[in-house]
Amino acid sequence: MTAPVVSASNLSLTFQTGDGPVSALSDVNLSIGKGEFVSFIGPSGCGKTTFLRVIADLEQPTAGTITVNGMSPRQAREARAYGYVFQAAALFPWRTIEKNVGLPLEIMGLPAAEKRERVRQTLELVNLSGFEHKYPWQLSGGMQQRASIARALAFDADLLLMDEPFGALDEIVRDHLNKQLLELWARTNKTICFVTHSIPEAVYLSTRIVVMSPRPGRVTDVIESTLPRERPLHIRETPEFLEIAHRVREGLRAGHSYED
Amino acid sequence: MTDRFRDKIIPVTTVLLILVAVWYVAAVVMNAPFQRDLNRRAGETPDRIAFIGQTLSQPKPTLPAPHQVAQNVFENTFLRRVTSNRSLVYHAWVTLSSTLLGFGFGTVLGILIAVGIVHIRTLDRSLMPWIIASQTIPILAIAPMIIVVLAAIGITGLIPKAMISTYLSFFPVAVGMVKGLRSPEILHLDLMRTYNASRAQVFWKLRVPASVPYLFASMKVAVAASLVGAIVGELPTGAVAGIGSKLLSGAYYSQTIDIWAALVAASVVAALLVAVVGLAGRITERAMGVRPG
Repeated sequence: MTAPVVSASNLSLTFQTGDGPVSALSDVNLSIGKGEFVSFIGPSGCGKTTFLRVIADLEQPTAGTITVNGMSPRQAREARAYGYVFQAAALFPWRTIEKNVGLPLEIMGLPAAEKRERVRQTLELVNLSGFEHKYPWQLSGGMQQRASIARALAFDADLLLMDEPFGALDEIVRDHLNKQLLELWARTNKTICFVTHSIPEAVYLSTRIVVMSPRPGRVTDVIESTLPRERPLHIRETPEFLEIAHRVREGLRAGHSYED
Repeated sequence: MTDRFRDKIIPVTTVLLILVAVWYVAAVVMNAPFQRDLNRRAGETPDRIAFIGQTLSQPKPTLPAPHQVAQNVFENTFLRRVTSNRSLVYHAWVTLSSTLLGFGFGTVLGILIAVGIVHIRTLDRSLMPWIIASQTIPILAIAPMIIVVLAAIGITGLIPKAMISTYLSFFPVAVGMVKGLRSPEILHLDLMRTYNASRAQVFWKLRVPASVPYLFASMKVAVAASLVGAIVGELPTGAVAGIGSKLLSGAYYSQTIDIWAALVAASVVAALLVAVVGLAGRITERAMGVRPG
């Protein structure tokens, strides 16, 4: 087995708040291999977003160790090892789609010609060719989110961190983007960490599903998907799919996720 | 077009007409005692209509009637050579030049202070109270001192007046820009962090563009304050030119119509300045792809 892309052991993170310490992550052990599509699912407050932010060096763990590509998260961030897709598209309203997608390349100081070519390729990858010169407000919510995925892909990092990227979109658009994301993953062979609170979304997309539960935020179950890599949308009606979804639901129940 | 007529022109004209009507009534009432006194001495007993006519055509009325002010403004704007000492254009230009110089200084100073406050924690804590305190000092009290002190070291003319404009105009820009440079969302700042962007890159690519609407909003306030500063700066110096000097000489010789005409000139200049800044703001926002409407 090759070295893991993300490796966490006994990872904990406690926030100091006005109401006393809050344990966002408690004793998390997880290893993510290259090319995996791992979903993190659980109710709000279970630490799934926090875990992603720790990988991205946006939060500092208070105990335990974590490596990203064998480095500390900070080194990985400085090496631009990952692309991060936030819940909102977070495009800069004063930049055209082309300029938005080119932003990370601009910061890395790529030559103009190479930048243009990469932006063109990435926009093609997310089916946004022809929208280069539009401003974000001229695009629908789904298209904006695709542009933000293009931006995360533009500098070709091997690791893609996605924090409920489709959470704010309606189900029809979401289905469509889920399918496109799978195709993109198959073509690029990237490692994807995907936070969601939708069971069907997690099962449909993932090779592995990490079930988490709150107070304190911890991993309660890790489910390997038995679905093939090739997944048409109607796979969601097969018994195999429903069986995995059932196991995820059981995992959530075991973590008391359905209690108040 | 008809919408614009109904939504803007009618309300504005209505308010204007009401103001003019109130002004005429006030002019008659306020000028009446003097006119009555005058008529009694002359032994005249005009009828009511003629009396009202007299109150509205005094050479040095307590409150000049709108048409007297309008006539004065018209004559001194369009019928005089612009180099003439009596031309309002000449005086307005003198005031405008120091307004613009002071506004330019003030805007640059305000932006520099805001950049410092946003980036240097010590400045954030130490500078803001002083900046606020600076604006609580009445400008009328400090203006003569600035002019006298600068004159003592040989600086006279445009610069001292511009400095008073600067003093008034840096404040709104500094406060507005601190807010503007801090306006980027956490999400955008996080995004820049994931790219390992330097502070300079975060500043130029995120903070500066995000602050542009705040800049123009505060510049509108600053340019009007600059004009007030320039006029105030002309008062204590016994300046021979500028709207401030017109106000002062009008007050010396009880030329009330001249005073009002100078005030009209000042407000026209102020309106034009604010409009120009507003237009520059709209053009900039259009160029930055802001959603129209």
